[in-house]
Amino acid sequence: METQTQAIKKKTNIVTERMTGAEAVIRCLLAEGVDLIYGYPGGAIMPVYDELYKYQDKLHHVLTRHEQGATHAAQGYARTSGRVGVAIATSGPGATNFVTGIADAQIDSTPMVCITGQVGSHLLGSDAFQETDIIGISTPITKWNHQVTKAEDIPTVLAKAFYIARSGRPGPVLIDITKDAQFGELDFAYEKCKGIRSYIPVPDTDPNSLKEAAKLINAARKPMIVFGQGVILGKAEEELKDFVEKSGIPSAWTILGLSALPTAHPLNVGMVGMHGNYGPNKLTNECDLLLAIGMRFDDRVTGNLETYAKQAKIIHFEIDPAEVDKNVKVDVAVMGDVKRTLAQLLPLIEPNSHQDWLQEFKDHDTIEFDKVIKEELYPTKEGLSMGEVLRGINEETNGDAVIVSDVGQHQMIACRYAEFTKSKSNVTSGGLGTMGFALPAAIGAKMGAPEREVIAIIGDGGYQMTIQELGTIFQTKVPLKIVVLNNDFLGMVRQWQQLFFDKRYASTEMVNPDFVKIAEGYHINSKRVTQRENLQDAIKEMIESKEPYFLEVCVEKENNVFPMIPTGASVSDVRLE
Amino acid sequence: MEKENFTISVYTENNIGLLNRISAIFLKRHINLDSMTASQSEIKDVFRFTIAVKVTEEQVKKIVGQIEKQIEVIKAFYHKEEDIIYQETALFKVASKLLFEERQIQNVIKNSNANIVTVTPEFFVIEKTGRRREVEALYRKLDPYGLMQFTRSGRIAVTKEKMHISKILENFTEEAV
Repeated sequence: METQTQAIKKKTNIVTERMTGAEAVIRCLLAEGVDLIYGYPGGAIMPVYDELYKYQDKLHHVLTRHEQGATHAAQGYARTSGRVGVAIATSGPGATNFVTGIADAQIDSTPMVCITGQVGSHLLGSDAFQETDIIGISTPITKWNHQVTKAEDIPTVLAKAFYIARSGRPGPVLIDITKDAQFGELDFAYEKCKGIRSYIPVPDTDPNSLKEAAKLINAARKPMIVFGQGVILGKAEEELKDFVEKSGIPSAWTILGLSALPTAHPLNVGMVGMHGNYGPNKLTNECDLLLAIGMRFDDRVTGNLETYAKQAKIIHFEIDPAEVDKNVKVDVAVMGDVKRTLAQLLPLIEPNSHQDWLQEFKDHDTIEFDKVIKEELYPTKEGLSMGEVLRGINEETNGDAVIVSDVGQHQMIACRYAEFTKSKSNVTSGGLGTMGFALPAAIGAKMGAPEREVIAIIGDGGYQMTIQELGTIFQTKVPLKIVVLNNDFLGMVRQWQQLFFDKRYASTEMVNPDFVKIAEGYHINSKRVTQRENLQDAIKEMIESKEPYFLEVCVEKENNVFPMIPTGASVSDVRLE
Repeated sequence: MEKENFTISVYTENNIGLLNRISAIFLKRHINLDSMTASQSEIKDVFRFTIAVKVTEEQVKKIVGQIEKQIEVIKAFYHKEEDIIYQETALFKVASKLLFEERQIQNVIKNSNANIVTVTPEFFVIEKTGRRREVEALYRKLDPYGLMQFTRSGRIAVTKEKMHISKILENFTEEAV
């Protein structure tokens, strides 16, 4: 039977070049415009590494200190550059160490291609050394995966991998390549994938859905927008801004929608969700129309679904048909790419301003400021707060920095208080909540946007999950800034123990090492701040540094993050204390 | 919402890992399949999964959405019982001596519209195709005599309405990304 590769060649009469599968892997990456990959070598991927050595002037490889770090770095790179992140590892443990990063990319829709080596095809199924069924393991957490056992299949499979990873709702793809396919030879020709007959990346937009949506929008008296990462992935920031400004609708962001609209935009009313702002959470249950744009009604956003926006009509702007009516039943689904659908909707809506309704958000902001924000940003107590560190960073960067956060209290504080002026400025593990994400993700984020200031905000717990990536920072000299907000606790779990488990602090207290000494061991400039009077100077010194910099801030041990919607509670039951 | 019997038809490319992807969608939601059958479809190189499952309509809609999301799935549909023609096949292996010792078995076979597939001195095999209850009725009648082996296939089904898979495939055009 004729292979796909042969069929393509016949069709297009492309001149081919004889080479090994391993070299073809590199040539495919170059043909896709990849110039930077993250990885870790090992037995079953050595032929590809040998080719990487030969192509090192064209394709830069960053050696992370753990394969998980390679996936998170590829994610960080994808999130700030808008390109596909690439990670590469060997079979067995190399491949299984990819799992967390792949799952994270899947749930946060991050375009990533992971390449793993595999034992020779004659050994498959024999429990060979470092053989693991990574296709079976990664099936539920990849957008697509495929095992290549013949060199000649490499170009078509990798072309498909990149196409699938970046098109439609993006996601991770894993390609497993047996060692004999890497050693084997093929006649190489590369043609980019332009479509797969069983896959519709962007569904058609029903013109009636736009008309219906416009009718609801024009009739609404208390409309509210909640937008998510779909706006950023769809490069629809301008379309969103035009739509928001013409319609005059107060707009809240989800955690992954952060920075798609400037923080200071007058119609930006803050963040929805478990630790989001008081106004948008409360008023979700008072609006008469909810426009969900490029978001997926995650449970951390909706709280109890039985009491979520029941009074409102709901319009869902979505690219993935499986998301419509998945968690929340909607009145109108506008399918398609939000960059197009928002632009098509714009002429159908009447200019409006909802001043009284917007004022309700401002009134809630005042309550939240008095009860929560004032003490967090301008604490009167002796201990340092996480919020004042973020305030200090805002002051030094004017909101121009990329903030990469890990998972926990510091993440919620960073997402609540970091100020953004540009899109793609917030990199965090939203859906999976992967502790250990930030340090390696920040490496990729800085390499994906080298002209920007990149600051990783990490807790003392998550930092130690991938602390070995300090080695990668030392080796590459990537000038990113690391801030560890150290409260000697797994703070978010401790907060829940305090609130819901009668302060039984089971295994949340951390006995921590000297983080400054560890950073010094990697020759990274570092400083520890324990007193308020030293904080701003230290932040300034960090931002002014042209080299990697580590700043540990010892913060109050038992502060809590508020507002908070307890699990299972309604968005309108958001607690301020 | 009440649970009902639904049949899901999935048209797919012939891909080795797809079975895993589809079954994982059910596994994740703790949904037991009544049956799953895979075969060639009416279109060259296109496969068809037929899945029988008892869930609510809301659940089956979401499941079909998740199945259709898989890259190599061309299209997935769910059907109610009245929308399809469906059958199952069962094989009964019975000791040949019973035909002579228990003469009423011959009447059971005659009245059941079953076929005798093979006969040897030791055993004979009866094939019965039909609805589940017909297969089960024959099982109940034969079981008292002692069955050497019994097996039943998953449901296969065709819809009363037309399927527009060929049109979907014809309409496919490559586009620059």
